Amino acid sequence: MSAKRDYHRPLDMRHGLIDMTHGAGGRASAQLVEELFGPAFDNPWLAEGHDAACFAAERGRMVLATDAHVVSPLFFPGGDIGCLAVHGTINDVAMAGAKPMYLAASFVIEEGFALATLGRIVASMASASRQARVPVIAGDTKVVEKNKGDGVFITTTGVGVVPEGVQVSGRRARVGDHILLSGRIGDHGMAIMSCRQGLELQTPIRSDTAALHELVATMLQVCPRIGVLRDPTRGGLATALNEIARQSGVGMMLQERAIPVGAGVQAACELLGLDPLYVANEGKLIAIVPPTEAQPVLDAMRAHPLGAQAAEIGIVTEDQHHFVQMTTAFGGRRVVDWLSGEQLPRIC
Amino acid sequence: MQYVDEFRDGELGRRLAQRIAAAAGPRRQYRFMEFCGGHTHAISRYGVADLLPENVRMVHGPGCPVCVLPIGRVDLAMQLALEHGVMLATYGDVMRVPASDRMSLLNAKAQGAAVHMVYSVTDALRLAREHPGREVVFFAIGFETTTPPTALAILHAQQQDMRNFSVLCNHVLTPAAMSKILESPAVPGPGAVELDGFVGPGHVSTVIGSAPYELFAREYRKPVVIAGFEPLDVMQAVLMLIGQVNEGRAEVENEFTRGVTRAGNLIAQAKMAEVFELRESFEWRGLGQLPSSALRIRPAYGRFDAERRFALAHRSIPDNKGCECAAILRGALRPTDCKLFGTVCRPDHPVGSCMVSSEGACAAHYSYGRFKDIDVVRA
Repeated sequence: MSAKRDYHRPLDMRHGLIDMTHGAGGRASAQLVEELFGPAFDNPWLAEGHDAACFAAERGRMVLATDAHVVSPLFFPGGDIGCLAVHGTINDVAMAGAKPMYLAASFVIEEGFALATLGRIVASMASASRQARVPVIAGDTKVVEKNKGDGVFITTTGVGVVPEGVQVSGRRARVGDHILLSGRIGDHGMAIMSCRQGLELQTPIRSDTAALHELVATMLQVCPRIGVLRDPTRGGLATALNEIARQSGVGMMLQERAIPVGAGVQAACELLGLDPLYVANEGKLIAIVPPTEAQPVLDAMRAHPLGAQAAEIGIVTEDQHHFVQMTTAFGGRRVVDWLSGEQLPRIC
Repeated sequence: MQYVDEFRDGELGRRLAQRIAAAAGPRRQYRFMEFCGGHTHAISRYGVADLLPENVRMVHGPGCPVCVLPIGRVDLAMQLALEHGVMLATYGDVMRVPASDRMSLLNAKAQGAAVHMVYSVTDALRLAREHPGREVVFFAIGFETTTPPTALAILHAQQQDMRNFSVLCNHVLTPAAMSKILESPAVPGPGAVELDGFVGPGHVSTVIGSAPYELFAREYRKPVVIAGFEPLDVMQAVLMLIGQVNEGRAEVENEFTRGVTRAGNLIAQAKMAEVFELRESFEWRGLGQLPSSALRIRPAYGRFDAERRFALAHRSIPDNKGCECAAILRGALRPTDCKLFGTVCRPDHPVGSCMVSSEGACAAHYSYGRFKDIDVVRA
């Protein structure tokens, strides 16, 4: 008598739902890895089937960064939580001046989440990671009970290597340095906000989510002496500059006129009573460079598609109070302060 | 951006600044109060004060809706959210206003209360429709600008026979507050407010018109220029006020002709009158009890009045002792005159209400202008 052939029912990627077994570490968990994550990310490290990925160490200084992604809605014009989770961590690694090498991803999924939706998110992550040439080589999945999560949370961790001679740090802004910005601000935050508020705009605002490591590489090639790199995500440009000013013990003077803001973002901010300086970006960077290097770096940025609208927006000043100030387009002067709490709309 | 950029044109601003400098007599001081928080915000955000000559000073007024909301009223909202278990809908700014016992609606939310930030009262109506089994209360605040929408919501709820929607009404009236400021003692010293004129409210006036200010101009001999909320509007209004002062006139002039008429919006006024009646007296933060200064829901719409529905009783709670919001709201002190300003009272942990909203005099100065208080070494 021959043994019965093992019956294997594949994941129902069309109508199936995540249940508690998918996070329990048993067969269902294994199936999720084998049929969804494995094929999507498709690389030899994942194929090994270990909890940990083993890779050769590089020479030089290494960088480690981790970032939790909890965006709502999960899908928005210009991107989704999947590609955002890849770009976000690549950018965190790149802002240390490093070349991102590998990513790890962990998913916290809410019971009842549609497999079809998870499939779309994973596909988007895989495509972003392939495009960036930074593979996802380790991961984990947990399932939480219904109503104890918001669909799916994705945490990604990245490692990278800093090229010889590069010294990037938030503490390296020097008085007289020039402040460069890689493009228009506020697109990501307002794309999300207009989804949440149901704003019907003539031209929908698209998130700028993008991996910036190649732009960083071209900039560092032109000028390995770039002092500071920072991606102005949550809290926007204003918050990122205030962080740098405090870390470096300097002040800054910005020119409002020089800061690029798209017409749609401007209009939506106006409508909701928000300031684009405090709105999140996911595909922009700030670079602080010595005065003599400003023009070559700016030229290099503009030559790259992700920096086509790069601009010089101000200079680093001496200021014991570490104020970020701005000459307004109207001709006055103001502080560009830290964000206090959440940006709340005004009443009238 | 069309219809906005035109009113923020730096070149026109510079030219207006030259005209203001030429018009302002060098031997005298001009002190103008911008009544509205919207103007305070515009002046700070665009740096308008930098373009004015030294002898023209803007004094911030009380026209910031969350700033004049007394602690006792926020406590009522807290009571509704925490004890009565209602879904409380309110404007974003209100969430951080300090209530008693170091609480705020934001804290109440963290404790599990159902507090929802809405952009307009229609969002509150939608909440009520979506949750027929829950009591939904709209915590209504604001001057005449936000009052007509609240009136419409109540009329709509009546029409649709909504059983789970009510309003905690805190709508206040601009003219009462202006009278209070003008009646403040003119003797020098604490509490004295010496003003040469008012930049009159913009959005409020689109509703009530420019006529109600004619009394102030006449009785108190103070010029009023109603202005829009863009920086050029404010500067144009300042120029017009200087003109009136120089010529010894005290009239109501309208800079905001694109939005304001003498009679105002008659339909909005009629809806307000249909739904609301005057309260004999109402407590304002900073200004105290002011007679005929606020609205309540008429008995005919009593079932939409959260104060009746939940039998709420207002208790007056004194402000923090060190807090100078009261004098700042009257224009008697500047934010920097307050001991708490920038020390324990900051936008991320406000003690007084003027530090909460970006329209509040203290928050506006802290966030946009505090570099002017200290010597900054330039690069």
